[in-house]
Formats: sequence, C-alpha cells, structure tokens
Amino acid sequence: MSESKISKLHQGLVNKEFSCKELTEKYIAAIEKDNEALNAYVTVTKEAALETAEKVDKKISAGEEIGLLEGIPMTLKDNISTKDIRTTCCSKILEDYTPIYDATVWDSLKKQNAVLLGKTNMDEFAMGSSCENSYFGGAKNPHSLDHVAGGSSGGVASAVGGNIAVYGLGSDTGGSIRQPASFCGIVGMKPTYGAVSRFGLIAYASSLDQIGPITTTVEDNAIVFDAVSQYDKMDSTSQGRKGAPVCDSLKNDIKGMKIGIAKEYFDGVREDVRKSVEEAIEVYRTLGAEIVEFSLPSLKYALPVYYIIACAEASSNLGRYDGIRYGYKAENYRDVNDMIKKTRSTGFGEEVKRRILLGTYVLSSGYYDAYYKKAQNLRGKIVQDFKNVFEGCDVILAPTVPMTAFENGHAVSDPVETYQTDICTVPVNICGLPAVSVPCGIDSKGLPIGMQLIGNSFEEAKILNAAWQYEQAAGKFTPSGFGVVG
Amino acid sequence: MKYELVAGFETHVELATNTKIFCSCTTEFGGEPNTHCCPICIGLPGTLPKLNKRVVEYAIRAGLATNCEIAEISKMDRKNYCYPDLPKAYQISQYDKPLCEHGYIQLSNGRKIRILRIHIEEDAGKLVHRRGDTLVDYNRGGVPLIEIVTEPDFRSVDEAKEYVEKLQLIMRYIGVSDCRMQEGSMRCDVNISVRPEGSEKLGTRTEIKNMNSITFIAKAMEYEYGRQVDLIESGEKVVQETLRYDDVTNTTSSMRGKEDANDYRYFRDPDLVTINVPREMVEKIREELPELPEEKKTRYIEELGLPETDAALLTKYRKIAEYYEKASEGTKNPKTAANFIIGQIFRSVETESEKEDFDVNVSAEDLNELIKLLDNGKIRMNLAKSTLDKMLETGKKASELIDESDMGGLDENALAELCKQAVENNPKAVKDYLGGKEKAVKAMVGFVMKNSRGKADAALAEQKIIEIIKNNS
Repeated sequence: MSESKISKLHQGLVNKEFSCKELTEKYIAAIEKDNEALNAYVTVTKEAALETAEKVDKKISAGEEIGLLEGIPMTLKDNISTKDIRTTCCSKILEDYTPIYDATVWDSLKKQNAVLLGKTNMDEFAMGSSCENSYFGGAKNPHSLDHVAGGSSGGVASAVGGNIAVYGLGSDTGGSIRQPASFCGIVGMKPTYGAVSRFGLIAYASSLDQIGPITTTVEDNAIVFDAVSQYDKMDSTSQGRKGAPVCDSLKNDIKGMKIGIAKEYFDGVREDVRKSVEEAIEVYRTLGAEIVEFSLPSLKYALPVYYIIACAEASSNLGRYDGIRYGYKAENYRDVNDMIKKTRSTGFGEEVKRRILLGTYVLSSGYYDAYYKKAQNLRGKIVQDFKNVFEGCDVILAPTVPMTAFENGHAVSDPVETYQTDICTVPVNICGLPAVSVPCGIDSKGLPIGMQLIGNSFEEAKILNAAWQYEQAAGKFTPSGFGVVG
Repeated sequence: MKYELVAGFETHVELATNTKIFCSCTTEFGGEPNTHCCPICIGLPGTLPKLNKRVVEYAIRAGLATNCEIAEISKMDRKNYCYPDLPKAYQISQYDKPLCEHGYIQLSNGRKIRILRIHIEEDAGKLVHRRGDTLVDYNRGGVPLIEIVTEPDFRSVDEAKEYVEKLQLIMRYIGVSDCRMQEGSMRCDVNISVRPEGSEKLGTRTEIKNMNSITFIAKAMEYEYGRQVDLIESGEKVVQETLRYDDVTNTTSSMRGKEDANDYRYFRDPDLVTINVPREMVEKIREELPELPEEKKTRYIEELGLPETDAALLTKYRKIAEYYEKASEGTKNPKTAANFIIGQIFRSVETESEKEDFDVNVSAEDLNELIKLLDNGKIRMNLAKSTLDKMLETGKKASELIDESDMGGLDENALAELCKQAVENNPKAVKDYLGGKEKAVKAMVGFVMKNSRGKADAALAEQKIIEIIKNNS
C-alpha cells in the first residue's frame, strides 16, 4: 500500500525520468511556497543542494551507478552539526554559530551525495514537545496549521509530513522523533542507544540522545537507518547496527511473532487514541501474530526518572555556552562572570533555563542522593523490567502519545502538563531501546494518531518488520495538502 | 608547647603521552597559543571525548611503581565548574572509582607515606593576562594528568621534600612524565595542619595550591606552620581555607574565588564507557616496569660494591644511571666508570635539567672504550684522566686523541727494545743488581718509563730487564 518514496525517486533518477537538478528544484520551489506557513526550515541551503544535484546528474549521465540515497533531497534537524552551515539548536545563544566540522551522520550521508535542502526547526536544544520553544517560532502541523508539528524534532516532521523534504534525521531524547512523527502522520524511529553515532549531535542529555530517521514510509525508514547505523570510533558509546541490514528482513512474514501489550501504557490515554491502537492489535492478530498481555509496574517511575536524568545531564552539557569562544555574547558587562551571567540569562529561552536549574538542583550536594542517585537506581529497575518483558515477547505495541497534536500555544502555557504527555515515549530512552512510531488512525479533527513498536536492544529489524507488515495491511498514511505533489 | 606538623599532598603530574587524553592533538609544551587544539579539546558543541588508552596504561604504571592496587573497573566523571579556562564548563576526572588506590612511598627514615589514590583527568587551558585583557590559550586543555593524593602522613618539611623528590624520580624512571616543575608538568597542593605534640586529633587544615618548586614548597610549609602555631598560641583559630603562596614575600594569602565553596556536582560522564582493566594487562605492565631507583641504588651498593653516596648520585636521574650502566659494561671494576662520571663528567652538568637530560660531550660508549684501554693496560690512569678531559672538551673519541706510539705498554717489541737499551746504558746498575742489590733494577725501569713517556707497564718492564740481565750474564 505505502511504497518507498526513496526507491521510487531513485528509479526515476536512474531511468532519467527527471534529473536530480529538476527534483531538487521542485523541492526548493515547494519550500519557497510552503515554508512560510509550516516554518519547518530555519536555514535553506539552496546553492549547496543544487551543487550536489549537479554532481549526481553528471554521474548519471556518465553512466555511473548511484546509491539509493544519492541525489535524494533531505533535511537535518538543526542540532546536527554541519560544517560551514549554521547550526543553531534554534537558540539565540547559537544563532550565528557555524560548525567547523561535520557530524558523523552528515559526513556519511554527504559522501553518499545526499541533497541537503536545509536545517529544520526544533525546540531550543531539543527541550520541548511542541517545537514552540524554538527561538525562531514553532513549526506547524501540515495537517492543520492551527496545531503544532510536535517536538522537539518538529521541523523535520513538518517538512517530511508537508512533503518539502523526502526524509530527515531528527534526534530523540524522550520522544522527540516519535512524538512529532505521530503528530504529523509519518514514520519516525528512535534507534537503540549506540546504533547511530552521536558525534556532532549537539547534546541535550547524553545518555538518552539518539539520532534517527523520519520518513513517510516504513521502508524509507529502514533504508535511511541502514545508511546511518555504523560504528563510529569518534563516539565511545557507538556500536553500530548489529546484524544484517534491516531492509533484508523488512518484508518477512510475522506469523507467530509475539506482540506484547502492557496495560500501563494505556493509562490516561485518550479514548480515540486507545481505540486506534486496539484496532491495530486486531490487524496484527489477523496477520498471525500472537498477542501477549503483561504488566510493567515500574513504568509509572519513567517520567520523573526521565526529567531528573535529562535535566541533570543538560545542566552540565549546556555549561559551555558562556559567550567566550563562539555564539551569542551579551553586551555591557562588568567582568567575565557578569558577561557569562548576562549571556546565559538573555541567550537561553525559558524552558532551557528551567531545565538547567532543575538539573543543577538535582545534582547539588545534599540533594544528589534524593534525586539523581534515586533516579539512577530506578532507571536500573525499569531496564530490568523491560528485559524481563522481552523474554516473553518480540515487540511491544503501545500508543506513541496519549493524544493528538496540541493546538498552537497550548503546550507552552502549562509546562508540567506538557511534560506528562511524554509518558509513553520516555521509557525506551531510559532503557536505550529502539522504537518506531507509525500512523494508525485519524481523529475527529483530521489529526493523525500514532502507535509505537518497541523492540529489544539492537532489534530494529524486528520492529520495522512488524511496522511494515501493519503499514501494508492497514496503513493510515494520509498526504497533507502541502509540498511537492505526486 | 611544641607543635607537630601534619601535612598531606595532592600532586598533579602531566603524563608524557604523545597525544591528549580525549583527542589526537599533541601534548607538546608551548607552541603558538591555540594551535594544539581541535573541536574536541575546545569542547565545540556536539563533540565527544574518546579515552586515550595510553593514559590508562601510564596511570597504571604510576600506580604499580607506588605500590597501589589497580581497580578492575573504573569510570570517568564530570566535575562541573565554570571558569574560562575550562571550555566545557566541566573537567572530565574520576570521582569515586579511581584507577589506583592504597599505595605508598617509603622514605629514608623508614616511614611510609600512604597514597590514598591516583586518578586520571584532563588539564585545563591557561589564562594569559595582557594589557588589561585576559586571553585564553587552550593548548594545555586536554593534556592528560594524574592526581596523586596522599594521606596526611607527613610530619616534617624534610619528609615532604624527600617525598616530592622521590615521586619525581619514580615518575621519570618509569617514563610517565618529565615532571618539570618549572614548566608546570608537576604541581603540588599541600594540606597543612598543626597539633600539640602527642595529640592524636587533627587540627584545622589549610590548603596551599599550585606550587611548582621544591624550594617554594618547603618555604611555604615552614611559613604556614609558623603562621598556624602563632594563631593557636595567641588564642585564635585556624580557618579552613585555600591559600596561595607568594614566593616574593614568602607568605601565604587567602585565595577566594573559583576553588572555594564550590559544589562540583560530580556525576558519571555519560559520553564515556566503563574502563575495564583486565588483570593480564596489569601484569604485563608490571613486568615491563623498569628497575626503580630505590632498587637500582641497592643493587649498585650490594652487587657492584659502590659507596652509598656514589650509588645515590648515579641513580638520582634515570639518564645518568643508564649512562653509567652502558659506560661500565664489560669493564673490570664497576667503580672505575663511577669515578670518571662523578669526578669528571659531572663537572659539565650544572642545572637540574642538564642533569635530567645528561646530554654530555662524551658518549657512554666512548667512556666505555676509554675504560677498556685502561683495563687492558694500554694506557695508565694519568693519561686516561687527561684524555677524558680532552674528550669532554672536544667530543672526540679516546682512540682519536691517543696515538699508537702513546700506547706502548703491550707493544712487546718496543718494550723489549727499551729494556735492552736500559741494560746497555746502565752498566753500574747491572753490576749492582748482579751483586745482590735487587733495588738497582728500579733505576733501569725508570729509564724505560722515562723513555716511553710513562706509557710502559712498569711491572712488565722489570720482568723483562731481569730476564735480559740473566741472559747476558
């Protein structure tokens, strides 16, 4: 039902139905037309994109073979470092920061002649669930401009869902790939911690951050994942993909696959979302999968554990933005301490400052044991609980978000309520597990509903296999009215 | 009342690895500011550290040489503080799982200074103050350090001095650091307190930071000891604080600022994986450790028969010991080389760093050649000494300075000819000798010596002369 967009465009290029330049120009024209409404891109790299396109066209006309991702227009979240292209994290403090090196993921895609259209919007430093914490204003949902694209990788999701990029790479610390993918009706995967190199990804919470693909179809997701999941000696926590390319087993039969359902994942989930996920369960039964029910009691700790650990690490990771070496520097200061203070006070947004303060607090002597240490202990318990569950099933099926996309402005008005909407996405980050969100329904307002398939460590092949089978049987992808048509 | 000094040391030693602890930049000292840097060691957003294995090996070497236990599992932590010389606003260090623990260094008075721990960490950059501006040079940022922490086991300034010297010597011997205090590759912090003699209770301590000379350490400790005793004697209290030593005024003063009242918010660095130290690795490093200075000294005394002072002088610098061992190799008496080195060659090295490098004008091989000429009787001691002086002056080999005719001793024909002449030219002495005056032969030996310009072997000459006289008669 949903065929690979990347494969189709690749065939078009190979068969010379259109040139890479024409394809790229089409996407750039679409960006010029629709980005004002979607606010997906914060930087458009038109010239570099066309330059790469010409290079690819030369190869094609010379009769050389091209790779699957070669010449395909794509985007990167603006926290992935790109040499000579500004990388802002959508923060005032990095508004004019241009990296002098490439992130490993971009380095490898660049070598494959991926056509980078530009850098996309996000919550400042990836902290947020609506993209509205962006210094440049939030990205909009291509299915309804009154609603947010989600966050933090809202820009990538808006661009891919709005078809002004074929695919994109986002980052997921507590749901930042899966949640916007769910809101925008597309496919987003957070790979196993260590499957994709973090080198060059501007850190939010180092033990939770992971780069992953955002695409319109499961097959595209598998293609991009295979291309970026390599061991990187620059990242000590990197391991690369384990086993064969996930594309090899994507279309396998799932008869007998054990799909686990934990009731705790459905606590507080909106009725229409619950219903959509339950329908998906029925689809799996029809496909011959075995449904296993179990309990994950430690799930209730996941949210506080996540916010304590993420904020603690963030408070340390963001200490380097002091105005001395790069980025924004405040004016009119008395001495170096005053300069650092003013730079940080005016350079960071409210949510970032809130999390730095929370993180500093939980690591402080006197509070460390009560918060950070306790959170680490609970993290171990949650990891163990998931380990036990995977002894009895192959994948876990759960809602991605308890609801559909927020209305504009809603998330920022109540940060704690918004934190709570991360309940279904944060557990896999805590455990380092892979999970992919796929569309599984539409609510009464026409907003997409998503579900996630969670796998054991380094079992991306299994969750993508299950996701592909569902997509073929009952895929709910609906194109938005934006971007490149056809 | 008499007061006892109680002190402990924290010593930072820069490791002599070629590259930095978390990137592949050079660790070379100096260089134009900010030229030994890369995105990783200046902490650009998105970069990640990668632990240099050599650093772990060097730290283990240091641990083994100071009798430490080596951890099987260790990890890196972040020490968070904000200062412009620290580009990430945290230093990657080790908090609760250091690589080495529970070691000691034994002093000459028999006391053991217990080593609490040795951990690895990265150095910070350097602030340069110029014309009212403050600039930062990150060349030193990310250079690997070990921090060696002792228990408060020092009871005198002399013990402290001996410890620093010993530590310096051991680190140099095992090749983990050049320990050049003047260049900052070895820096000491000292914790000091005083207590009434006989008391077991520790007094309030102060910490003197960042001292880079043994003389300053001794002076600062003496000053601080006096200051604390004065405070207590006058009924005041010692305040726990961090101090700076001023070598111009020879006083200590309070150092408020970055180091005081800081909450470092230590937590495990999530960017770095657990450090597993297999036992085989530790054993391999142990086997490869060179002979340590203390062991070497004992061997020189007991096996080579050198006087203790000579053994101490020769083992104080690794290069000197190596030189000595090469120069004395295959010679008859190990004392000969020692005497030449201490008596003559030492005159050409004056400064500490000259002794350290021991890059003298005469190579160990050339000295060895000279000693062998002496051993074989080709030259005599006086000539050997003057030749060595010439060698030091010119850098030439002994064989280039002494021509063939100088080495008469074993040229049998020449000796026989001289002896023949001696007998022919001294008929009176021959007569006296034959008449029973055995001493008369000495006159003829004197003739040989004189005419050989002192190069003949006197004993051999005497034998030969007697032989000729007997044959003639």
